[in-house]
Amino acid sequence: MLKEFFSSRKNIIFTGIFIGISAAVLQKLGNPPNMGICVACMERDIAGALGLHRAAVVQYIRPEIIGFVLGSLIAASIFKEFKARSGSTPLIRFVLGFLAMIGALVFLGCPWRTLLRLAGGDGNALFGLVGLVVGIWIGIFFIKSGYNLGRNQKTHPMVGWIMPVIMVGLFLLLVFRPQLPSGVIFFSSKGPGAQHASIFIALIIALAIGFFAQRTRFCTVAAVRDVILIKDTYLFTGVVSLLLAALVSNLILKQFHPGFQGQPIAHTDQLWNFGGMVLAGLAFTLAGGCPGRQLFLSGEGDADAAVFVLGMIVGAGFAHNFATVSSPKGPGLWGPASVIAGLIICLIIGFSMSDLGKKIVEAKR
Amino acid sequence: MNQRIDVRGLSCPLPVVDVRKKLLEMKNSVLEVLVDTGTSRDNITRMAVNAGWKVEVKEEDGEYRLTISK
Repeated sequence: MLKEFFSSRKNIIFTGIFIGISAAVLQKLGNPPNMGICVACMERDIAGALGLHRAAVVQYIRPEIIGFVLGSLIAASIFKEFKARSGSTPLIRFVLGFLAMIGALVFLGCPWRTLLRLAGGDGNALFGLVGLVVGIWIGIFFIKSGYNLGRNQKTHPMVGWIMPVIMVGLFLLLVFRPQLPSGVIFFSSKGPGAQHASIFIALIIALAIGFFAQRTRFCTVAAVRDVILIKDTYLFTGVVSLLLAALVSNLILKQFHPGFQGQPIAHTDQLWNFGGMVLAGLAFTLAGGCPGRQLFLSGEGDADAAVFVLGMIVGAGFAHNFATVSSPKGPGLWGPASVIAGLIICLIIGFSMSDLGKKIVEAKR
Repeated sequence: MNQRIDVRGLSCPLPVVDVRKKLLEMKNSVLEVLVDTGTSRDNITRMAVNAGWKVEVKEEDGEYRLTISK
């Protein structure tokens, strides 16, 4: 029975282990501490490089994001799963991506980094993890109440190619680094943005992750959601594999430093570590998947997922420009207010786009 | 008479949620499901098999027709 369990799940377990080891190794090779991979932070760095925000310490075009999309594109093309599709309320997805980023940057990490922070010994991430589960749980409440963003439609292949082409464009900007009079492209000379593995190695690892994740449908949010909603532990096995692999790798590479104080790129305001991830977890669940999954879907032609990713990148620009992002000292000036506002917006979306909204309208008639 | 459900174009996890709801209502009849992505095909198949159903998958023009029976 145990043998059957592992054989039916060997691919998802492999993917989790691969991501966990890769993250620890990328950190060893230069990526910021406990941030070997962080989809939210890396998209935020891209936003900074493009000048969408001017936080000088977090500006870099991260090849990992590019690799995730293109790796998924390669897998989807080989296995004939590339399908251009769009039209399932893209603007709502943009807003959800925007708000997910606001929440993630109050905590300082996406669901992937939540696991990687834990695997690096950062106890503050526990509060983020609990927040994430609570956010997903609220999202499940809406899904059970008939929440639905509507059907997408098959569309012209060109639509599905836009996100991969954007990624190729970003890669060219990374390699050729054109300097425009405005100062872009910005590359941090200090801080997390200046810490990175070599472009080539990061890209190759990310292409492989994108490839495996497309095949196995790896998703950190659906992992929790499926356990609660449909009692399916398939994706959860992958997430646990990631956590354990990263933990073991960190122990071997001497990157495990347990504690709460002085953790890298983290703060100790537990209320907002929790609150930020409630918002992010809810927004990811309402949009159907974690930020990594949205990138993989973008690579296989899902233009709605691509709009979510663009929402996250724009959200990162706003988060820094409007001081909602946290620093190691704690939440930004408008961080708590932005989380509360984001939660209200997500709740309105959840209510109005589920049967609950219809019931309220009918009751008024 | 076979029952049918079309979950094409729906985002995760709605395809698997809708099919699961339908299967819980059904006893012994056959459910035909129209699916348009490999992800939904895999998710629905895994859920149904775990719940003790048999699933037959047919590919038609890049979409899938799943026949779920006891």
